[in-house]
Parts: sequence; structure tokens; C-alpha cells
Amino acid sequence: MFTPTYVAQQIINGVNLGSMYALIAIGLTMVYGLLRLINFAHGDLLMLGAYLGLLLVSAAFTPLILTLFIPMLVIGFVGILVERLAYRPLRGAPEVTMLITSLAVSSIIENSMVMTVTAQPRAFNLPAGVNQLHTVAGVSFSTLDALTVGLSVALMAALTLYVRNTRTGIAMRAAAENLRAARLMGIDINRVVMVAFFLGSMLAAAAGWLWAAKYSTVEPFMGFLPGLKAFVAAVIGGIGVIPGAVLGGYLLGFAEIFFVGFLPPAYSGYRDAFVFALLLLILLIRPNGILGASTEERA
Amino acid sequence: MSRAMESVRRVNINGAARNLLVGGAYIALLATLLWLAQSTLNNYYLRILAVIGINIILTVSLNLTNGFAGDFSLGIAAFMSIGAYTAALLSLPVAMKTASFPGLPTWLQATSIPFLPATIAGGVMAAIAAVIVGLPVLRLRGHYLAVATLGLMVIVRVVANNWQDVTRGARGINGIPPLSNIWWTFGWAVLTIYVVWMVVHSPYGRAMIAIREDWLAAQARGVNVLRTRLLAFVLSAFFAGVAGSLYAHLITAITPSSFSFVITFNIVVMLVVGGMGSITGSVIGAVLLTLLPESLRQVETALAAGGTPLYGLSQIIIALLAALVMIFRRQGLFGGREIRLPGMVER
Repeated sequence: MFTPTYVAQQIINGVNLGSMYALIAIGLTMVYGLLRLINFAHGDLLMLGAYLGLLLVSAAFTPLILTLFIPMLVIGFVGILVERLAYRPLRGAPEVTMLITSLAVSSIIENSMVMTVTAQPRAFNLPAGVNQLHTVAGVSFSTLDALTVGLSVALMAALTLYVRNTRTGIAMRAAAENLRAARLMGIDINRVVMVAFFLGSMLAAAAGWLWAAKYSTVEPFMGFLPGLKAFVAAVIGGIGVIPGAVLGGYLLGFAEIFFVGFLPPAYSGYRDAFVFALLLLILLIRPNGILGASTEERA
Repeated sequence: MSRAMESVRRVNINGAARNLLVGGAYIALLATLLWLAQSTLNNYYLRILAVIGINIILTVSLNLTNGFAGDFSLGIAAFMSIGAYTAALLSLPVAMKTASFPGLPTWLQATSIPFLPATIAGGVMAAIAAVIVGLPVLRLRGHYLAVATLGLMVIVRVVANNWQDVTRGARGINGIPPLSNIWWTFGWAVLTIYVVWMVVHSPYGRAMIAIREDWLAAQARGVNVLRTRLLAFVLSAFFAGVAGSLYAHLITAITPSSFSFVITFNIVVMLVVGGMGSITGSVIGAVLLTLLPESLRQVETALAAGGTPLYGLSQIIIALLAALVMIFRRQGLFGGREIRLPGMVER
């Protein structure tokens, strides 16, 4: 029933979806690691990135790769702006306060888009060549799929190198491990948080562009579900740990695709329910995720 | 100590009896006001009034989890949806069920029960869902509950969309008997306030506040953290389910998308504006923030620049309000304090 090519096809689809989840989850996990904040506005930065990409793509901006890089840069700064305006005044406040604020920020961004560009979904059409299908040994993928995976891996590798080797990167890991101790060692927390928001938002914008290209549409509420699922991915991998977000992203991508691909079609409508049932299961059996080592979160 | 204070203390001996009497008088006053509203207001305003009652139920009960126990649930929409579907399926007339729900199990198809037990059943189903979500999540520190309850919302919506035999999928359920009115919603609101007040002023309530203030210290003093948090969460889910039933029987038609995240968010804003940890604050937050968007919606239409209303404006203002409250007045209007009703004495 499941031929090798069919299985290979599912794996390709899983890698594809997983790459996008991983990109989104990295930003969420960096911010959570530093501030213990579940940033509900993260998915909306993804949406803004997609809209900005749409603007450039429909203006036939060339080369095409710039329609991806420009939104990444701009949304990176939007991320810094959001942090500066909404989250920094709350530094040291109870976690719930920031959580509510991030919900508010999310709602403000979404509804500003509804007000200015309306809630009407818009088509996100790339030049014809990008969606061209290639078939290798019976397994087919588009140029976009290859771009998605290649770009995600490149971005994640760059981020890993940055966090491993630069002073700011090391400061970031130290602060995620123990914020108070890091501050006592003279690390400028505000700067670290700013960099985390910049990088995370950049990756979210990239994911937004790829997501919009894959599903050929953008709308103001498109970021909600990917953002939420990416948080599940971050929890699966171990929240606060960047490699965990990557691992969790790919695992979730595979799980979701396999759920649809290898179960009877009657179940495929329950795809999203499956993801969150998985979250409950993970929280029950391994709340610290796969790479999260400490057990302090357990009551 | 002044003489007045002294006399208050003396009355305190009979506090319970006195509170019962004064409380009864307040309920009579509320009933009179509702009766006045019933006989003077048109259907539009009566419906807004009924929604105010529903929002009071939701905000006051959410306060138990988010305000007193210090957790952060975003499950309002999910629990309302569960309550609404359950109650609607139970209260629909048998004739309508056989016509519109051919795939329904026969025992359910053949039963139709009154509004009150249907509503209670809706609340119970929501409470059961809360136990399933709460058991794995409430053992953990950190605000996993926020994401898990949002996940529950997605699960409920997916099930409502796909379980054709029972929910009719995206078509939803219509023709729900219009049984809900201001009497039911305010009746349940009074009950919610009473129950939440009693719980908060019981040893369980003290335990909730202790957990909120210092989780580790509470546990060290022998508070059963999981059980206490679960109690708060399940109780607020029950009342959210009840509110869902009241809402379904008010608007008489529900679909999987009737209970969206916007409802959850707005209830959270009502709670934070009133002040988390204040029951009277919740009531006032619910009243204010039901009326505000209702009037803003008229502004949206009035501002129709070039023909299209400025959709989204009222939601932006609500969200902005929430952000500003968080940044400049974290404790909300009442900051955990209560307005004492004249005549009532502290127990």
C-alpha cells in the first residue's frame, strides 16, 4: 500500500513543513528562554513578513531573493520595536502581565491589518519558475520546496554559529540559563533581549514568506495557528534551547504529515487536533521536552 | 476603636444571618431592575443586557483561575463551545433532531430535556474537558496552560467541524429554542458570584492565593497544589460551559466558528481592567467592556470612510486598553480589592 516513493514523498513534505516550524519556533524559544514569555505576537510578525513579501513580489521586485531578505530585515526591526514599546516597560513584572500584553500586541497588529488591507485573503503568486516541479526517482518537489529547506538550514546554521561563537551569542545563552547570574556578570540584558527579538523576528518573517508562497495566500490571521504550533514544537524539543526548537520543529512537521499521509483519509480533518493532543501527551510524559534537561518545571 | 466599629463587630456575631437578609434584599433590588428593563427596553437592548449577564459569568469564573490561583487559562471559547453544543443537542425538540440529525445516536435523538438540566450538562461536559487538559498541565510550573487551552480551542473547533453526525460540521446547529433571557443570564451570574465568593473565602480559596503568591512555600505548608489549581480551573470551566449554553439559547444558532479567540481575549481584558483577584472588579469590567465595543461598533459604521466601515477599530481599542492597563496600572481598576456592598458585613 505504501510504496517506497510514497514514503519518500511524505518525508520530503515533512522536512518542508518541519523547516518552517523550526524557523518560527527558534524565535519563540529564544524569547521564552530569556523572559519566560510566550510571545503570542510572534505569529503576527510572520504575517507581516508575508504581507511585505507580497507587496514586493507583486511589484515584480528583482532579484526574487530580495523580496524575502528585505521583509526579514524590516520585520527584524519591527520585532525590536515591539519589544521596546510593549515588553521592556514590563521587565521584572509578573509573567502573566507580559503574556496579556503579548496577546494585546497580537490583536493590535492583526486588527490594524484588517483595518488597512481588510480581512480578505490575497493571492501570493510567485513567478512561474519557482513552483516548477522536479521529479527525482518518482519523488516530486518544487523549486520552492528546495528553497524552503535549503534556506532554513542555512539560516539555522548561521544562527547556531552566531550563538556559539560571538560574544552576544554567548551572552544570550548565559542569560537564558540564568538571567540573574548573567546580569551580575555584567551582561547587558536589554541588549541581549533586543538581539533575540531581532533574530527571532527575522526568522519568523522568512517563515512567513515561505508559508505564504507554499499555500499561495496571505490573510491577517494567518500567523495564529503556525505560531501556536511552533510553540508546541518548541515544547517538544525542550523550551528555551535553540537546538530543541529545531528538533521539535522537524519532529512536529513529520508527525503532522505522517498523521495525514499514513492514516485513513477520514482522519485528515483532525490534523490540527492531533498536534495539540500531542502537546498534552508530551506535557504528561516529558514536560521538559527532548533536549531540556532540568526538572525544575515539574510541580 | 470608634463606637461605630465596635457596633459593627457586635453585629458580626450574627453576620451570616444578616448577610443572608441583606443579600436577599439586593437580589430583590436586582430583580426589580431587571423587571423594569424587561418592561421598558426593546429587544436590542435586552439582548445586550443578557450578554452582560453572560460576560459577568465568564469574567467572574475566569477570575478563579487567572486571578486567584495565578494560572493563565485561555480556554473560554473552548469551554463555551463545548457547553453550547452539549446543551443545544440536549434541548432541541425531538422532531427537529430526527429531521436534521439522522446520524445522531438513537437515545440522544429521542430525548429532549428542559433548559436548566441541559445547561448544567453543558457545564459538566466543559468541566470534564478541563480535567483532561488540567491533569497533565497543572502539574507544571510556567504558563503552559495558556497554550494548552488555546490548543483545546483548536481541538474543539476541529471536532465540531468534522464530527458531522453530531455537530453537522460547518453548517452548525440552528433552530435552538430561544429559551435564554436576562432572567436566566443574571440568575446564573448571581449564582456564579456567590459560588466564586464562597470558594475564595474558603480554605480552598486561601490555598489558591497562597499558590499564586508563593508556589513553593504553599506546597511546603502542605497545600495540594495540583488539586487546588485543578479545582479552580474546573470550576471556571463549568461556568464557561454554562455561559456557552446561555449564549447558544440566546442567539439560537451556533457554528464551529461561533466561539472564536476574540471572545476569550475580550473576557481576559474585562478581567484585567476590573483587576485580577477582585470579584466586584470583574463584574464592573464585564459591564464596561460589553458596553464599550457595542458603542464603538456604531462608531465603526459611522466612520465608514468611502463606504466601508472601519472594521477592526473597536478590537484595536480594546487591545490597546489592555496593553495600557498592563503597562501603567497592572492591578486594574480595583487591584484585588472588593467594593463592599452597604449593609453586608465581612464574614
